[in-house]
Amino acid sequence: MIAQQQVKSERFRDEQSQPPFNGIIWLLAAMLLVIIPHLFRLPIWISVSCLTVLGWRVLAEYHHWPLPSALIKLAITLGLVAATYLQFFTFNGLLPGSALLTIMLCLKLLEMRCIRDAMIMVFLGYFLVTASFLFDQSILSGLYLFAVVFALTTALIILNHPLASSNNQRHYLSLTSSLLLQAIPLMLVLFVLFPRISGPLWTLPSDQTSAKTGLSDTLRLGEITQLAESQEVAFRVKFNQAPPPANQLYWRGPVLWHTDGRNWQDISPQSPLRKLPPKQQPQFSGDAVNYTVTLQPHKQSWVFALDLPTNIPNNVSQQFDYQLIAKDQVDDVMRYSVTSYPQYTTGEPWPLAHSAALQLPPQHNPKTQALAQQWIQHGLTPRQIVDQALEFFHQQPFYYSRTPPALTSNDPVDEFLFTTQRGFCEHYAASFVTLMRAASIPARIVTGYQGGELNPMGNYLIVRQSNAHAWAEVWLASQGWVRVDPTAVIPNERIETRLDTQRFQTTLGDALTAQQSDWITQRIYWLRSSWDAANHQWNQWILGYDANKQRQFLHNLGLDNLSAKQLLFMLLLAIASIVTVVMSYLLYDSTRSKDPIIAGYQHFCKKLARVGIKHLPSHGPHTFCELACKQLPHHEQQITTITQCYIALRYRPDQSRHLQEFLQLVDQFKPHKK
Amino acid sequence: MYKQLDNQYILRKRPLDADTITLNQKRIYILPSRSGFILALVLFAMLLGAINYNNSLAYALTFLLASVTMISLLHTWRNLYKLQINIGKYHPVHKGATIQVPVAINNPDNYPHLAIRLAWPGQEPTHIDLNPHEQQWVRLTTPALQRGYQPIGKLVIYSRYPLGLFHAWGNLRFDQRFLVYPTPSDNKQLPPVKTQNNADSGGGKNGTHDFAGQRRYQNGDSLRHVNWKALAKEQGLLTKQFGGEAPHELVLSWHQTDKTEIELRLSQLTRWVLEAHQLGLHFGLELPHLELPVDHGDLHYHRCLKALALYGKPA
Repeated sequence: MIAQQQVKSERFRDEQSQPPFNGIIWLLAAMLLVIIPHLFRLPIWISVSCLTVLGWRVLAEYHHWPLPSALIKLAITLGLVAATYLQFFTFNGLLPGSALLTIMLCLKLLEMRCIRDAMIMVFLGYFLVTASFLFDQSILSGLYLFAVVFALTTALIILNHPLASSNNQRHYLSLTSSLLLQAIPLMLVLFVLFPRISGPLWTLPSDQTSAKTGLSDTLRLGEITQLAESQEVAFRVKFNQAPPPANQLYWRGPVLWHTDGRNWQDISPQSPLRKLPPKQQPQFSGDAVNYTVTLQPHKQSWVFALDLPTNIPNNVSQQFDYQLIAKDQVDDVMRYSVTSYPQYTTGEPWPLAHSAALQLPPQHNPKTQALAQQWIQHGLTPRQIVDQALEFFHQQPFYYSRTPPALTSNDPVDEFLFTTQRGFCEHYAASFVTLMRAASIPARIVTGYQGGELNPMGNYLIVRQSNAHAWAEVWLASQGWVRVDPTAVIPNERIETRLDTQRFQTTLGDALTAQQSDWITQRIYWLRSSWDAANHQWNQWILGYDANKQRQFLHNLGLDNLSAKQLLFMLLLAIASIVTVVMSYLLYDSTRSKDPIIAGYQHFCKKLARVGIKHLPSHGPHTFCELACKQLPHHEQQITTITQCYIALRYRPDQSRHLQEFLQLVDQFKPHKK
Repeated sequence: MYKQLDNQYILRKRPLDADTITLNQKRIYILPSRSGFILALVLFAMLLGAINYNNSLAYALTFLLASVTMISLLHTWRNLYKLQINIGKYHPVHKGATIQVPVAINNPDNYPHLAIRLAWPGQEPTHIDLNPHEQQWVRLTTPALQRGYQPIGKLVIYSRYPLGLFHAWGNLRFDQRFLVYPTPSDNKQLPPVKTQNNADSGGGKNGTHDFAGQRRYQNGDSLRHVNWKALAKEQGLLTKQFGGEAPHELVLSWHQTDKTEIELRLSQLTRWVLEAHQLGLHFGLELPHLELPVDHGDLHYHRCLKALALYGKPA
């Protein structure tokens, strides 16, 4: 019992000793790399405090300053934790959580003394890297954080080497590389076979602070311009057949119903319509379009599909206005397959929807209302009024501009239609819908994305935030809801930016359509396409690997209907075989020297060992030679020559003994007992 | 010469390979270290996070670190595997002093074995880094606790390199033993010289007083009696011989000690042997049941000390 305790105490005592200086410096450098991505996200005062503590510890290591007393540490900790609480008013949620973790990690630097403390720092570093992944899972972020893991692991190795010196730097780096490389097959097996669970274990805190760029549920005149500048990818689409023409690529998003004359909003969450499906299923005609969308996380629950979708995935529901809503907010890359029919006839809307589609604030935009009244008095049918309005946009000097003059009056639609006449999609959509409603035609604004760029590398469509668009839908008794895009009728010569004309006409990239695109432009386009294709694969295969994909993968391997037990057994079997392979690699011929001289001598010793003359570590070449000659006197000359040759090569390399000669002698040496 | 003596007479003579322990599968044990358990906890938390946020890269990192942990087990185990350890020659010491045991560790592999630690259980370890095909000697120290043979006891060789997540160790039980002489007492006063009364003593014994010719040098002859002039004349190494009574001939007897306790007596005798040897005297030792005749030289000196060390103990 006492002996056992002794062993135990010795097993753990060494973790209490002073870590090597070299290891601490590596650790601090790795820590800096760990917290850098967090520093950009966190409030500036947290970043500054963390860097200060880190810098202090670096200086303290070089100047041998003592660590602060318990009282000072307590004061700093309480102060920073309180300040963090005052910043966020909660510790629940990704950002406050990662803020607290980063602060704790840096504060631990104030009391890191022994090897175990330092190792715990490394482990917390790993944990913080995981936290980084919750914010950003892009390829670049993945590569960067892998480099951080490399640095942390190197620090861990050096911390565990008490005699660490900077001369060994190369050894540490190559050891880290081989550890990580040997671990990768195991990691892949775990990644692929580890049973994936769909759905979270507990409800996740929602983070409003980290909302991404994208569409919003409110249209304020002048907002989509910011999106138009953004090249960020909204989603990518892989078509199962040839993609539809560009003028049919309307990706339906939030539908806006309610207006106060300036702002447009989604129907209120309290409205009973919210819980209703479409009153009638649309009647589809023409060819179906089958495709798979890989949606980038946008922290909202909207899901985009071509007008009009059917066969929607299970975790998505269709609202009464054909808008698709995911059950949970889209926090991670989401993949779904949909079928759409570009040609459709919808039936009657719900009566409530019908009245909501006619809502207008009574005293606003009098000129617009007067224009609509004028058309009604001319006795035009709704269909003719729609055409008349489009004609109005086409004929009048309307310009498509991304930088329109601000609409400052109380009647912004009047101001746009009759004064400024410069705007972009949302101005056209909003004023068109106002005109329609004023003419008693049910109308609504649909926001979403239009067009997309075909990536020739991966043969899929990229839809960017700059493709964000707003259009109108009117309800006509004979056809149901009909899409009308007033922006599309503006003639090309009145569109200020060339890209904006293009998106209704083609899905080809800019470089392929522009007449004057030179070699460099083409190359850049090619690089950009390849990079996007890589991102697409990354999203599809790595970020999108979930319970479904796992099932599909196992199905492709011919392993259907595996029970959890069988899957676990397979996993263990795979791990065991990989570990065996790595072990045999590690032990394979490990004694054979890389130096041909030593290797030759070892070969010689092995030959003698076969006839019972064992070479012991304590034997020098001379001693061993004497021993061997005594036992095999008939080989005396050969043994002596080989030994002399070896000694000459090994210890007096300037003398002209040839390696080839030596190896040949060893090769020809065939000892046998008399 | 001293070392030769050690090897030939004082230590049990055994073939060298029996002293070499090669760490093989049967000798190496491995368990997670405390830090290893902490990492396991952290990895579990990371896995929960990955599942909850369904975050692929978090899964990937968790699995990568779990795999690195598994691989590091192999590396830690391999860090001890195939090492050859043997105990070198060491000097007997007096009880209460520190025994220094030279231990050789040999790395037969073409890769380095770093951060190897060697210690008696519970004592401060010695750190060793072995380059490829390198053999290193380290000196381990342990207190000499009692006279007589003290077993080497169990040595532990262990390592946590490279990641510190696993603790691999091997128990080394060498069946060699150290010889520990009794502690010399503080009383340096030699007992009165007992002149040999026997009449026939003159012939055989070599005194130091009257020159009685010279003979060939023999191992054990005092250097003070070497005829240096003859050596200079290239007549060879000759020892001057002295005849007559031997007034410095001393018999150190159990009964001369004024103590009654066994250990104190042995302690006193040890001190006398030390003093007598230092003065270059010829002396004999008389213990109950054991008598070592008057002689001199290192060999005799160590034989006397060994007799004192093993007094009353099984050989």
